[in-house]
Amino acid sequence: MSFMHFIILLPFIAALFVPIIYKKWNTSLHTGWFVIIVPLFIFINLLLQIPAISNGETISITMEWIPSLGINFDIYLDGLALMFALIISGVGTLVVLYSIFYMAKDREALHNFYIYLLMFMGAMLGLVSSDNVLVLYTLWELTSVSSFLLIAYWYERKRSRSGALKSMIITVFGGLAMLAGLIMLAMITDTYSIREMVANVDLITGSSLFIPAMLLVLIGAFTKSAQFPFSIWLPDAMEAPTPVSAYLHSATMVKAGIYLVARMTPIFGGDASWFWIVGGIGIITLIYGSVRAVRQTDLKALLAYSTISQLGLIMSLLGVGSAALYFNIGQAQEIYAFAVFAALFHLFNHATFKGALFMVVGIIDHETGTRDIRRLGGLMAIMPVTFTIALIGSLSMAGLPPFNGFLSKEMFFTGMLNASEVSVFGLEGITMIFPIIAWVASIFTFIYCLILLIKPFLGALHRERLPKENVHEAPIGMLVPPAILGSLVVFIFFFPNLLATYILKPALVSVVPTISTDSKLFEIKAWHGFGTELWMTIGVVILGLLLFLSIKKWSIVLRVYPDKLSLNHLYNTSLEAMEKHSESFTNRYMTGNIRHYLLYIFIFITVIMIGSLVGLDALSFNFSNQGEISVYDIGILVAMVAAAMATLLTKNRITAIVSLGAVGYLMVMLFVIFRAPDLALTQMVVETVTTVLFLLCFYHLPKLGKRLEKMKFKVTNLIISISVGLTVTVMTLIATGHKINVPITKFFENAYELAGAKNIVNAILVDFRGFDTMLEIAVLLIAGLGVYTLIKLRPKGSDHDEA
Amino acid sequence: MKPEPNDVVLHTVTKLAAVIIFTFSIDLFWAGHHFPGGGFIGGLTTAAGIVLLYLSFDIERIQTNLPIDYKKMAALGVLISVATGMGGMIYGDNFLEQAFGYFDLPVFGETELATAVLFDIGVAFAVIGTAITIITSISEDEL
Repeated sequence: MSFMHFIILLPFIAALFVPIIYKKWNTSLHTGWFVIIVPLFIFINLLLQIPAISNGETISITMEWIPSLGINFDIYLDGLALMFALIISGVGTLVVLYSIFYMAKDREALHNFYIYLLMFMGAMLGLVSSDNVLVLYTLWELTSVSSFLLIAYWYERKRSRSGALKSMIITVFGGLAMLAGLIMLAMITDTYSIREMVANVDLITGSSLFIPAMLLVLIGAFTKSAQFPFSIWLPDAMEAPTPVSAYLHSATMVKAGIYLVARMTPIFGGDASWFWIVGGIGIITLIYGSVRAVRQTDLKALLAYSTISQLGLIMSLLGVGSAALYFNIGQAQEIYAFAVFAALFHLFNHATFKGALFMVVGIIDHETGTRDIRRLGGLMAIMPVTFTIALIGSLSMAGLPPFNGFLSKEMFFTGMLNASEVSVFGLEGITMIFPIIAWVASIFTFIYCLILLIKPFLGALHRERLPKENVHEAPIGMLVPPAILGSLVVFIFFFPNLLATYILKPALVSVVPTISTDSKLFEIKAWHGFGTELWMTIGVVILGLLLFLSIKKWSIVLRVYPDKLSLNHLYNTSLEAMEKHSESFTNRYMTGNIRHYLLYIFIFITVIMIGSLVGLDALSFNFSNQGEISVYDIGILVAMVAAAMATLLTKNRITAIVSLGAVGYLMVMLFVIFRAPDLALTQMVVETVTTVLFLLCFYHLPKLGKRLEKMKFKVTNLIISISVGLTVTVMTLIATGHKINVPITKFFENAYELAGAKNIVNAILVDFRGFDTMLEIAVLLIAGLGVYTLIKLRPKGSDHDEA
Repeated sequence: MKPEPNDVVLHTVTKLAAVIIFTFSIDLFWAGHHFPGGGFIGGLTTAAGIVLLYLSFDIERIQTNLPIDYKKMAALGVLISVATGMGGMIYGDNFLEQAFGYFDLPVFGETELATAVLFDIGVAFAVIGTAITIITSISEDEL
């Protein structure tokens, strides 16, 4: 295991020790102080990689995992991966520090919280640094799972549970779609490596699966990044503790979709449908999120919609920027690559100001006990430091100088204006819509930023409306993390090119591989003269202020939108309908009658086997390899048939069990005759244990007896049983007469040299087929726990509902 | 109340047989590497021995004398198997790649030690745990 792998897997390793640390020291020291070492260590080590990566180098290390299937944990650290990894570990450090003061150590189940958080961190780091699509997919789903666990962290609340479920259903649905898309890509290029896919991009563009694969991958990205119309899970995810919202649902996890789109741009970019879908969905999400944000009264919900909108902004820039792949060289390429550049810059900025804002809202919630803007007001006097950070964060989000949001917002306008001049993908006039929507959305963004800043902090303070008494400034530990992010916001405004050189430009090369970043275009400047962009910003400020002041008059318009048409309503009704229909469908064949189930199984086996025998034209017998049949064989066989008949015909349960046992023991004798001591031993013990089980089960059943006499002779059952018997017999006879593949006997005969075992049966079990055995005992365990839970944990009494 | 059944013979035989069965099952387990036996059979034989104890005495009495949570035992077994599989990865081998070697131990002399045995212990634990969990939970069930 290389050091880089260690770094990326460190959160998982650390998570193993969290429970021990929690148990031992939590009474004296907050567990977070141990956890914070992990992201800090990772962050510092990643910082050390910056010089090499910014020189255009990349790090790629292979760790074999399941090489026979081509699944290896290949780390590929380029500019894009490093940028994401830095955000993940950097914001992670701050969030853990914040959580130490946010999560009380004597009230919360901190070990759960930090295990989930570390699990997420590891999954996210692995996701952005993995070159293997299957590993990427696995970790992608792991982020969904850990997000689910973190949203449902206060699982005693109903809203937490439903919010967690919603996010899980939507993101896992997208993840599965993405898996299908990735598998298509792997089928086309015959590799699981993203880099090799990029290298073989001609194969992909020429394939008939190009559009399906693209759509499926995009569904994954859009669900994860809460793009319209999949965005509904993000506001509900705000039930999570605020440090989680700041980390997963604004800075990192929701950007996994952005990462995927950026990563896939070299593969799909340059195609018109990619341009329109990514750009179009992005811009729709932008306006949808910003308009919805304005009518929110919960500060966190406002931030959630604002996150949706900002993610849409980044997505639309990536969509427009993908045109750079179409031109591939020259000035046109640079112009569109600039949009990608702006997307990456805004992504970084968003992590800083939105992280700070979430932490500010967390402080307000923590200190006053409410996040409702109708109850809050006048906090500026009580919380001056918090107010300052909020001021920096919200004005940066609104796109004002001297904050980093101004720079990226201007670049966003530039990108959108360039998009309006795209003439290569047809539909010339329509592209004008990009800058127009962008501008309108920015006005709404400006309004909700003002709401966020003014409603809680300015105006009159009504102490009686706040749930908590004695409201005061947050402890220093809760102020430091947002303050660091806030100072980054200002710092980046004054020194944007430092960030550009070391982080953004290498990341840009990952998205647009052929670009040369030396161009003057990629120097971020605060002042471009009075261009269209500046006039747009000035327009946003003036109109935004006017609309904010008159908000009471027009905001009613936003509320008349009927709930029945909302996406949430669609989600709820379709979920209900799906549950209802699948239940009625399932009940049609799940009758609760074991005879029916056995019928399904037997009919299915017979049809499949006979069907494939006939279909593959395999009905031929060959007895030349068969050995002699001895008198003992015949004797045992006759006895077995007799015992089996006795099982069927007896009216006494004990007799039935005993004669069934006799069949089993006769089988043991057959194994002995055929010199298979292992099988004989196993069969014997299994037979003994199952007899006990049968006795136990039959103890609970009603007596056999009169019902048996009345049992009708059923022709269907007779046909089925005869055909099953025939199928198995025919199958066995055919199978023994054929040798299609090379026999593996040699392999097992060498068991002693290969596995150091003289008993080849055991060598097969524990070594050659060890994977099977491992999964088998896992299945065994699950079955055992299933029986246990079915019997022990079922509600006593009939109408006992879930507690 | 029902009178206590007189099962002196059963008790006496069980006490003797249980020792033999457990010894035999351990022998089966260790023999598995070179002779018939192994984790699955060894585990199942142990389970059969425990079931015999349950049958002749009652569950509560065995539980107090043999205080094992069989659910945890089964889970531990699977964990051991997976962990031995991971063990190889630390040395740069593949998942579940087993190793073996010959060592000169003080009492046993030249002995073969194999990681496959560790894996087999996991299998045995899982089998014992699951079998007993199923049997006890069904037998304790009251309708």
